[in-house]
Amino acid sequence: MTATIDRDERESSSREDTLTDVRISGDQDLAAADATLAALDFDGAGVESIDVTSEVTQPRTVGVVVDSGAPPQQFSVDPTVVAAADAAGTATPSPTPAARVSRSHRADSPRAIRARTQDDMMSLWGSFAGSFALVWVLYTQVLPFTGRVGFVICWFFVFLAMYAGVTAVGNPPQVIVDRLVAATVRVGALMVFGALATAVLFTFQQGMPALLNINFFTQDMAGVRPTDPLDQGGILHAVLGSVIEIGIAVAITLPLGIGCAIYMNEIRGKLSRIVRTVVEAMTALPSIVAGLFIYTVLIVALGISRTGIAAAAAIAVMMLPIIARSADVVLRVMPGGLREASLALGASKWQTVRQVVIPTVRSGLATALILGIARGVGETSPVLLTSGASTFLNADPLNEPMNSLPLFVFSAVRSGEPLFIQRGFGAASVLLILVLILFMVTRFLARQKVGGR
Amino acid sequence: MAASADLEVGAPVSGGVLVDVEIPGPGASAIVDPGSNLDGAAEFDAPRSIDPALPLVDRAFHGVARTIGLLVLVVMGSIGLFLGYQSLPTLQRYGLGFFTESQWQPENDVLGISGVLVGTFTIAIVALVIAFPLAITTAIYISEYATPKIKSLLVSMVDLMAAVPSIIWGLWGFALMQPKAAHVGHWLHTHLGFIPFFQVDTDPSAAPWAETKYYASAFVAGIAVAMMVLPMAAAVMRQVFAQAPIGEREAALALGSTKWGMIRTVVLPFGKGGIIGGTMLSMGRALGETIAVVLIISPAFDIKFRPLEIGTESVSALIAGRFGEATSAQLSALLTAGFVLFIITLVINTLAAMIVARSRSGASTD
Repeated sequence: MTATIDRDERESSSREDTLTDVRISGDQDLAAADATLAALDFDGAGVESIDVTSEVTQPRTVGVVVDSGAPPQQFSVDPTVVAAADAAGTATPSPTPAARVSRSHRADSPRAIRARTQDDMMSLWGSFAGSFALVWVLYTQVLPFTGRVGFVICWFFVFLAMYAGVTAVGNPPQVIVDRLVAATVRVGALMVFGALATAVLFTFQQGMPALLNINFFTQDMAGVRPTDPLDQGGILHAVLGSVIEIGIAVAITLPLGIGCAIYMNEIRGKLSRIVRTVVEAMTALPSIVAGLFIYTVLIVALGISRTGIAAAAAIAVMMLPIIARSADVVLRVMPGGLREASLALGASKWQTVRQVVIPTVRSGLATALILGIARGVGETSPVLLTSGASTFLNADPLNEPMNSLPLFVFSAVRSGEPLFIQRGFGAASVLLILVLILFMVTRFLARQKVGGR
Repeated sequence: MAASADLEVGAPVSGGVLVDVEIPGPGASAIVDPGSNLDGAAEFDAPRSIDPALPLVDRAFHGVARTIGLLVLVVMGSIGLFLGYQSLPTLQRYGLGFFTESQWQPENDVLGISGVLVGTFTIAIVALVIAFPLAITTAIYISEYATPKIKSLLVSMVDLMAAVPSIIWGLWGFALMQPKAAHVGHWLHTHLGFIPFFQVDTDPSAAPWAETKYYASAFVAGIAVAMMVLPMAAAVMRQVFAQAPIGEREAALALGSTKWGMIRTVVLPFGKGGIIGGTMLSMGRALGETIAVVLIISPAFDIKFRPLEIGTESVSALIAGRFGEATSAQLSALLTAGFVLFIITLVINTLAAMIVARSRSGASTD
């Protein structure tokens, strides 16, 4: 045990010289470090360390360190261990073999790095409940405020204040800041996922009346008036249109985008800087301008009528820089060491790319692709300008207008007709499901291939 | 060939050292046989070419990749040039007035984009003010606080959130958030109304307060746009945070730093480029966002800095609303508006790229 610890220490000390940005947060933490060393020494070595341990257990600071439950506990300075050590030290100067074994076993088992003491939990939940009670009394009973949003906001800030106050009793400032940040970060993340949940649930809830009709999925809107009941007409034409358009767009952008990223990162020709600059610039191209570009060039100037292929071109123009750029970012942050190792072993560039680079960044590339497809399939503005809104089923991207889901949702919601708005929400739910399916398929593929290697 | 034979026969290590040490300079060709060893001498003298003759497959690979790169360059570049070229007639006709005029009345031959630009920026800034703190906390939560079990789930959730179509967020903002946002707007107006920014052209303390005055505003649109740009920013930030070097993290923790101390001194400095890059990316998207804005706002072309109040207009909403009935001159004007928007986002992106280039993001530290 001693040997391992020593080696660890040596390793960490030898790494110190490479560290530049790390700061020690305060005396408190130095005390923590001392306490650890003492405890670890004791575990392995015996009599002389017992003195050290008992010395350390006496000052209050150790209690504080343990209480803080802060992540830097790379060790288990569990109060019981220290206490046991103390007891062992006073009672039997040379621990029995059995005691040694149990102790070293304890040291061998994975150390709890997220240990929480009762004090931690009490201050967290106490502040949580206390702030709720206080805000409830003040907000609803004393002050003339109403509204749930305001209540939650007030609750949050009162909670922060209370938590800071409770933590301040017996904890150094670093721990207070740490806890407040942790609470804020959690609440922020919770809000984001809450917003996502409400958006999804709200769409399904509003779209449910339309979704419950089978004909909604099997029919198109040919000859159906906006005021007709929901058991007539459906969105099959929009689903088909979306799938065809996005399929064409992906077929264009996937090889171009990823190939371009590989060119910028793996070949690095003279032009790669320019290509990267232009691609990065074009990510700024608003989707509506991409649509307007295709509208002006293909429809106004070249006289092509509004068709699925024009819509696919607009989506492709919009998606290409997004995919190329995110793939570029993914490739750029890949550790150069892997690439160099492959080349140094004699692999050719192509082998390196195919067998080292791509497998390493595959999940990142999948994410890039997902982000691109998701934007493409859900983006209404390029389609709004280029596809035309048909009410009938059309599987031919080269002729006749082709409706798509986002466009259908948009026109339905703008119509102002309650039944048609319900159809719109139904179509939005279908769009969401479609996105979800695409998303899960891509995830699954990315994961499976990584796992298969 | 004598030298290389020696190298092969003798102990490789000492041989290598000797050769390196003893034949460093021009004398090399004198020691070894000059006739047969020109190659070898050149190898020792000059830095070896690390781009040796490429195998066929590599040459093909290079060719294909280069072609794709150039193709992308040409396509993307031509779009930019086309937009610029199309803007010339409009700029010649209206001159600087195009940037100072706020109204868009093609029937009176009065066209200008100052009003819509102000609206565009108001919406984008509201969106960023909402999205930035949420994005950075989400990214930090996922990369630093989440347990490994839920981490991958949350990563997928953020990606899913980015995948949620903008029209859905538009509906969400339009039908679900708008009444709530109106209340928040009313509260802000009542209590912070002395700041012109929170001013609304109505009496906040009127008994039945004019709720619709707070509808269809840049604030409501900004909320919806924030949800759209947030996952993009959060995903970029999270990826960069996750790549903060593990050695420095562990060192910080081992030196007794709290978790936040570690994040502040290791993760955030390392991820600075990602934070800025992600925010700028989302800014670009917020400026160009169309459908949610079209759904929510009611068009108004005045120059005003009152995001809580009904009525605003953005460049993209202008294009979406006017392209249909546009004559070719008006189409050129719309293209010019789009081009200006594009240039603005381009400048923002370029600034971001410069900042990112100076940070440590993406630098390998292994």
